[in-house]
Amino acid sequence: MKKGWIAYPYVVWLIMFIFVPLLLIVFYSVIKTTDQGIVFTLEHFQRFFEPIYIMVLLRSLYLALISTVICLLLGYPLAMILASKDYRHKRVLLLLVVIPMWMNFLLRTYAWLTLLEKNGVINSFISFLGLPKMELLYNQGAVVLGMVYNFLPFMVLPIYSVLIKIDKSIIEAAEDLGANSRVVFRKVIFPLSLPGVVSGITMVYMPAVTTFVISRLLGGGQFTLIGNLIEQQFLYTGEWGFGSALSLIMMILILFSMAIMSKYEKENEGGGLF
Amino acid sequence: MRFLKRFYVGIIFFFLYAPIIILMIFSFSDSKFRGHWGGFTLRWYVELFRDREIMSALYYTVLIAVLASLIATIIGTIAAIGIHNMGKFGRNIIINLTYLPMLNPDIVTGISLMILFVFLKVERGFFTLLLAHITFNIPYVIFAVMPKLKQMNKHLYEAALDLGATPSYAFRKVILPEIMPGVVTGLILAFTLSIDDFVISYFTTGAGVSNLSIVIHSMARLGINPSINALSTLMFITVLLLLLIVNKRSSNNSRKENAV
Repeated sequence: MKKGWIAYPYVVWLIMFIFVPLLLIVFYSVIKTTDQGIVFTLEHFQRFFEPIYIMVLLRSLYLALISTVICLLLGYPLAMILASKDYRHKRVLLLLVVIPMWMNFLLRTYAWLTLLEKNGVINSFISFLGLPKMELLYNQGAVVLGMVYNFLPFMVLPIYSVLIKIDKSIIEAAEDLGANSRVVFRKVIFPLSLPGVVSGITMVYMPAVTTFVISRLLGGGQFTLIGNLIEQQFLYTGEWGFGSALSLIMMILILFSMAIMSKYEKENEGGGLF
Repeated sequence: MRFLKRFYVGIIFFFLYAPIIILMIFSFSDSKFRGHWGGFTLRWYVELFRDREIMSALYYTVLIAVLASLIATIIGTIAAIGIHNMGKFGRNIIINLTYLPMLNPDIVTGISLMILFVFLKVERGFFTLLLAHITFNIPYVIFAVMPKLKQMNKHLYEAALDLGATPSYAFRKVILPEIMPGVVTGLILAFTLSIDDFVISYFTTGAGVSNLSIVIHSMARLGINPSINALSTLMFITVLLLLLIVNKRSSNNSRKENAV
């Protein structure tokens, strides 16, 4: 079975639809069309360093960071509880974490509008209690909520899959040696679950940084994230050069952090989803 | 403590399911405005099947998902076998390139393909959408099949050949059954990714060809047609039932195995 050549059709596909398109992004990011034809330029990258665009990047990183932290704080205890239950219950509960992902993600996000808007379900409930209505939509909180809601399962699953593999006798040994439950968690369970935490953080942070739908729907277009900015360049303003430069910067940022994360994971036996 | 745990799990599940339940409830509301209850009705479920836009989007969503996942599974499985048999150098390069679309943000993949299609002056529509879906599906198939190939005994195939099997017969009777679980996993994964994709489709499709995600996105500003709520209620219940049946069957199986 020494036939490597049967992979060649795929190699052609790979070059055509993955490699060349990425080269085209690089190409468009360093050219501009002038009267003399196409010339090399770095102005698209220079433009990125204008304060307004740096702000957009920082805002994307910041909102994604907050969402990731919340996902971790909410998801870790859930993963622990799910991992500690008896066998039959566990399968069903785990399934319940996954099922929401089977509904269209735009629609799930849109459903929050019904809940949060001025005359929405939550505000109706609040005014029913005799309290003043609140502005729940079109602010940073709503964007973060949308991110946490959409990406929480991506945090729970990898942590769960690592926790479930921890050898119970290690925990018993720690208890026999006099550790109370807090010490067991701090010194045994948490360090052993770190690979799952790392892949959970990756799987939440990456899509949160690059989203442009959640910020549009729940932020009402006031919270431009880097994803929104890229989309605008390609679909509305037609400035492909700037858009390509932005995509390239974001891609490098993400691949770079992925490389660091995966290096960490390799050292500590990863806890991926699949 | 036990109560606290239950309470916590309950709260989280409430958070995860509240929007879905709200959406389902309003699919029975006799009002065109979201969040406004106008009495019970089934009319959105009737109108759903008359709505051309939604029906066409549903058609394209399913068609693209079926075609893309099948083609990606064929290309990906063959590619995985080829990669498995390559020299170390070639294999590493190809595997790393294959990882790229999985690691890259969707928006970058979508835009890079859009640039390619525009650059080649291919008009965007059904064909480009299909190509894009196959492209982002293939890596998932490859990485589902590769582990099965690694687990397989190398000499089985050679033994089959020694016993007089032709290469294609040996492939069908020896290799394929061994890697089948990986192929099926890849196919299912590809299908679900394809059904649910918005970002890549958004950049690679053209006028007249929309999948459900794109239709929902374009409706979102003016308010979503309640028929969409009806459709997703139906789809959600279908998936839920399928999952419950699969889960029930596999837990029955594992209990039987335990009993043996």
